[in-house]
Amino acid sequence: MKEIVIISGKGGTGKTSVTSSFALLAGKNAIIADCDVDAADMHILMQPDYEIKEDFYSGELAVINPETCTQCGICADICRFDAISIINNKHVVEPLSCEGCGYCARVCPVNAIKNIDLKVGQYFISNIKTGTKMVHAKLGIGADNSGKLVANVKNEAKKLALKLNKEFILIDGSPGVGCPVTSSLSGAHFVVLVTEPTLSALHDLKRVYVLVKKFNIKAACIINKWDINTAVSSEIKDFLKKEGILHIADLNYDEAFTKAMIQGKAIVEIEDSEVGKILKESWETIKKNIS
Amino acid sequence: MKIAIASGKGGTGKTTVSTNIASYLAETEKVVLVDLDVEEPNSKLFIKADLYNKEDKFKMIPQWNQNLCTLCGICQEVCNYNSVIQAGNTIMVFSELCHSCYACSELCPTEALPMIPVKMGELTHYKNNNLDFIESRLEIGQELAVPLIAQTIDYVNNLFTDDFIKLYDSPPGTSCPVIEVTKDADFVILVTEPTPFGLNDLKLAIETMQELQKQFGVIINRDGLGDAEVENYCIKNKIPIIAKIPNSKEIAHYYSRGMLIYKQVSEFKEQMEKVKRYIINSMRGVLK
Amino acid sequence: MKIAFTAKGKDWSSSMDPRFGRTEYFLIYDEEKDKIEFIDNSEANQEAHGAGPKTAQKLFDLGAQVLITGNGPGGNAASVLDKMELKIYIGAGDMTVKAAYEAYKNNQLKKF
Repeated sequence: MKEIVIISGKGGTGKTSVTSSFALLAGKNAIIADCDVDAADMHILMQPDYEIKEDFYSGELAVINPETCTQCGICADICRFDAISIINNKHVVEPLSCEGCGYCARVCPVNAIKNIDLKVGQYFISNIKTGTKMVHAKLGIGADNSGKLVANVKNEAKKLALKLNKEFILIDGSPGVGCPVTSSLSGAHFVVLVTEPTLSALHDLKRVYVLVKKFNIKAACIINKWDINTAVSSEIKDFLKKEGILHIADLNYDEAFTKAMIQGKAIVEIEDSEVGKILKESWETIKKNIS
Repeated sequence: MKIAIASGKGGTGKTTVSTNIASYLAETEKVVLVDLDVEEPNSKLFIKADLYNKEDKFKMIPQWNQNLCTLCGICQEVCNYNSVIQAGNTIMVFSELCHSCYACSELCPTEALPMIPVKMGELTHYKNNNLDFIESRLEIGQELAVPLIAQTIDYVNNLFTDDFIKLYDSPPGTSCPVIEVTKDADFVILVTEPTPFGLNDLKLAIETMQELQKQFGVIINRDGLGDAEVENYCIKNKIPIIAKIPNSKEIAHYYSRGMLIYKQVSEFKEQMEKVKRYIINSMRGVLK
Repeated sequence: MKIAFTAKGKDWSSSMDPRFGRTEYFLIYDEEKDKIEFIDNSEANQEAHGAGPKTAQKLFDLGAQVLITGNGPGGNAASVLDKMELKIYIGAGDMTVKAAYEAYKNNQLKKF
């Protein structure tokens, strides 16, 4: 069983469109995991049935018990996040400001404060249109994606892949370069970097590749909309060459991507699509390189 | 007047909108553009202005004093972020995981972990006639955006009075950094794309703004690229559509070259004029 | 020599866990005593952030001299492990613990 992660660094480069195309090409052979939970979009193209729903907890939140609280104010004094305010003569925690550090609970002289696990969203296991299963999640407002949430989504996917004897796990990875993307990469066999020829995308690509290198994961790159700026595209290619990253495809700027999306389809489902054809070849290349 | 420019998902053109509208507004008004996408600020690629000020921004982290430490283990126990780790007879502090809660420092019985400032990022202030441009950038490896965003907003509020139009370029998404940016704003402009992904992420952003009880409007970028669902959704829910920026390869091309688009493409400029009128009307309280 | 493996189960036939920070278990093999024990790492898995340094701290307390794993520890975990005399071997993520041990004995694993 091989774990393939698709990441981009910068948002909006077409990562999810590429991942959903690979999901269609892999069909029943893959379990899909959407770890881009800040902007989870895979479900739009995969027709999930939300078969299993679970609450998801990550981080903590302080709660003051009004029965035992003596209103001494020590908690508000030591809180560095101004998360404790006095409302109607009572000390209360403002959930959006509380960082869950637990300091107030430790200094409360009457143990009126405890830290509870913070519910940040839900995750789902769904049957999807390709005849396989997908693990995905939805975050609540003000909730941050975390290494834990990503690890959780990936764990569920891995369990399913082992149980159902699947060849691949396809992971729509997290954006950025922080803890969630580290967790997306950890344990992966192959990384596909989806980028575009803009200066900001190249900058992010370089930053995220530092992580990939640290984990010794074989990497390949797809340059989306490569024809928008051929000068930056060649700059990207120079970078790929220098780092020994397999350059598997250049995709034209093609509005067929969006047209397919509007029909709830991945681009490879559209007949005679040039980009779809290239992505089919890319998937074959990836399979060859992974074994 | 403080306006946050946000989007549910990355790559919708938020930076394109904020840099262009800031420059366009600055032709007649006093404007401050603040790039608060501190992990990846890239507005500067589009703004030509002269350096005016540069400041390091700090956060407080504990520093281990080996001579005072008795290796009692309390610091490691009270740290909820795994940023203080006792490895044998060494205490290690991971700056990027530290939330500056002071628990380890103040609960240490021998005062062996005093808090010291470490650089978490850099604020840069540029000026060009009517336009002030400020960006903050996190140091590589630092993960917590919120403290730097808060300090940057403080800098702006101390320096500029409320007759300036303050434009905050927010990070994408609906997480803590976005909330930190928008909670200080008078209203929010959400930039989206007319696609199913764009609509899905717009809905999440709208939920967030409603939760924060913010007034907001929508700019549809790359109009004509996808379908009419975003527009229908806005009309149905009585959400103002401030402008519709046409989809064009020409615009994408100028963007990729780091150029201001309203100076090149007239239909784009028309849309910026709409945004400008919307902002000026709301400043005059017409919307209230 | 005490050898630590990142593992998904509790015995020699378990698969390795390719991850370090969020590994499910550590298996510790004491070569001298020919004894194997397992340590549950689910506590670190409950951490929203910073699972790496927390797990490294635990390994530190276990006092192993060799670590065999998959991808290798991330930056923060690596700097904790730096403080101990530990040799780290990677690339065993897809093996069973038994096969990983044999590969290590035959010098087939890459040093981190």
